[in-house]
Amino acid sequence: MKDNTIFFNKKIYIEETASTVAKKEGEGPLRDYFDNVIEDDRLGQKSYELAEIKMHTATLQLLMNKAKIKQNQVDCVFCGDLMDEIVGCNFTMKNYEIPFMGIYNACATYGEGLILGGISIESGLMNRVICSTSSHFSTAERQYRFPLELGNQRTPLSQWTVTGVGATLLSTNKNRVRMDCATVGRVVDYGVKDANDMGGAMAPAVRETLLSHFKGTGRTPEYYDLILTGDLGNAGSKILKILMREDNYELEGIHNDCGSLIFNAKAQKMEQGGSGAGCSSSVFNGYIYKKMLGERYKKVLLIPTGALLSKTSALQSQSIPAIAHAVSFILEEND
Amino acid sequence: MNQETDKKNKERNDEYLQLLKKEMPKSKHLSTMIRAFIVGGIICCFGQLLTDLYKYWFNKIDIEDIKAFVTLTIIAITAILTGLGVYDKIGAFGGAGSIVPITGFANSVVSASIEHNREGVVLGLCSNMFTVAGPVIVFGISASILVGVVTLIFPGFFM
Amino acid sequence: MLTYLQVFLVGGLFCVIGQILINTTKMTSARILVIFLMAGVFLETIGLYQYIESFGKAGATVPIIGFGSALAKGAIKGTLENGFLGAITAGYEAVSAGLAGVIFLAFVIGLICKSKTK
Repeated sequence: MKDNTIFFNKKIYIEETASTVAKKEGEGPLRDYFDNVIEDDRLGQKSYELAEIKMHTATLQLLMNKAKIKQNQVDCVFCGDLMDEIVGCNFTMKNYEIPFMGIYNACATYGEGLILGGISIESGLMNRVICSTSSHFSTAERQYRFPLELGNQRTPLSQWTVTGVGATLLSTNKNRVRMDCATVGRVVDYGVKDANDMGGAMAPAVRETLLSHFKGTGRTPEYYDLILTGDLGNAGSKILKILMREDNYELEGIHNDCGSLIFNAKAQKMEQGGSGAGCSSSVFNGYIYKKMLGERYKKVLLIPTGALLSKTSALQSQSIPAIAHAVSFILEEND
Repeated sequence: MNQETDKKNKERNDEYLQLLKKEMPKSKHLSTMIRAFIVGGIICCFGQLLTDLYKYWFNKIDIEDIKAFVTLTIIAITAILTGLGVYDKIGAFGGAGSIVPITGFANSVVSASIEHNREGVVLGLCSNMFTVAGPVIVFGISASILVGVVTLIFPGFFM
Repeated sequence: MLTYLQVFLVGGLFCVIGQILINTTKMTSARILVIFLMAGVFLETIGLYQYIESFGKAGATVPIIGFGSALAKGAIKGTLENGFLGAITAGYEAVSAGLAGVIFLAFVIGLICKSKTK
């Protein structure tokens, strides 16, 4: 491993993807790309927590159905969510008999899952793994911020936690999209204390990961058709471009952000777009994967970003550490 | 982490926070202030209307009691609007215009209560009712006792 | 008619001050509520609040500043009448209707209603 970057010498492919979102996301510009759009985000359950679990369970089943495999053909599931103790995933995996490794890196969890899944297959010890993450607006809001019915005003920097699940099936079975390398993020903290400004807190983490990635691979931004961050938001993306320019890398025209893509900022009144563990995974597994198969993007660098704070750390006036994992996907030519 | 790295990091952090201050979008002052003014003004006028109505209907009752009835009425309406899932929209529009009147206090207690009813009545709803508004009770009662003590010491000032 | 204009003005102005606080300091509801409450207590204690109230009427009593002033007013009156015990109980007694109402209503509504999807 050099410059925190690992190359997958084994050919690791995306065998299949599945994505589920709720009504608000389904009203956004990417609505036609998600496998499933849910009308009622309570899903008839007694609580939103149970709804998130049901949504995640159903998406994993959808993924296996699409791939035409049974659960005993999956070696392991790497998944995480935003609930305390990732209890959403714990209860989701109760419904399956697949070995489970729960992971947590806030909204960067999807990146962490892909890398761990890739390493497991690269080692030869596993053949087929699932990497998934989920988030739900109503479970995140009450845990991290306020009761849902509280009449507070959203600040210009606030992001909307996406209600969605994204799941990826990775294996060595030949397919079109290959995961070729990844840069493992490290914790980066530039001293941002404002718990409302997630974009500003996470942009430095993306910068550090990108610098390591370019150094470790010898690539430049132009190598990729798309450098896609998880949820920096519109303002955070602007900050990232400024930071990268200081390092002589120009991201304009190449960079986009899952949080900015999933909502129509003006029409849906989402100033800074979406965020959440399920944001990067649902956008990537729904929209980006289909765009890659359609050859719109042939080389994509996905960088889920996570703010590693807790409610307690924020109340104790600690700054916000962040992390970003970079995963590179290449479209292979049709044989 | 040695001292030199810490110093370099602090410089880098300060520079970065300056950058954020410069580049991040600011609050839209004028539109939010106008909305707060209008919503707050309307709520207070509604309170005045109630006061005048109650004075007219119940003209035998003491003015202090009328004020209490008006407060109760406003609280009840806020509670119902919160329960119906409507109040948060008023809050998002009005900002401080809905927080500063007594409606803000009522909404914070009721919304916390609704939010935690999933965890049961005693340990969920009741334990968490004052997660947002607790400080108001603590400061309010403590301040009133302090004022009482000051009055005990300097009664002449208040006679 | 003029009364309502005064009410609107005073009430609106208090809210604008609150909005400025939210915009510049990113404060949340809890802090705003406490600041205005304490402002009400303070203004009543030094004797200024009565002038604001006589001009603004409901514009001064409906905001949580009015709640603070009622606390202070009750505490002062109660202490002058009942000494030490009055100091402790009278402030709270003055606003007891509001507090009791909020607690009871929050309990009932909390039992009946569910959070709505946003």
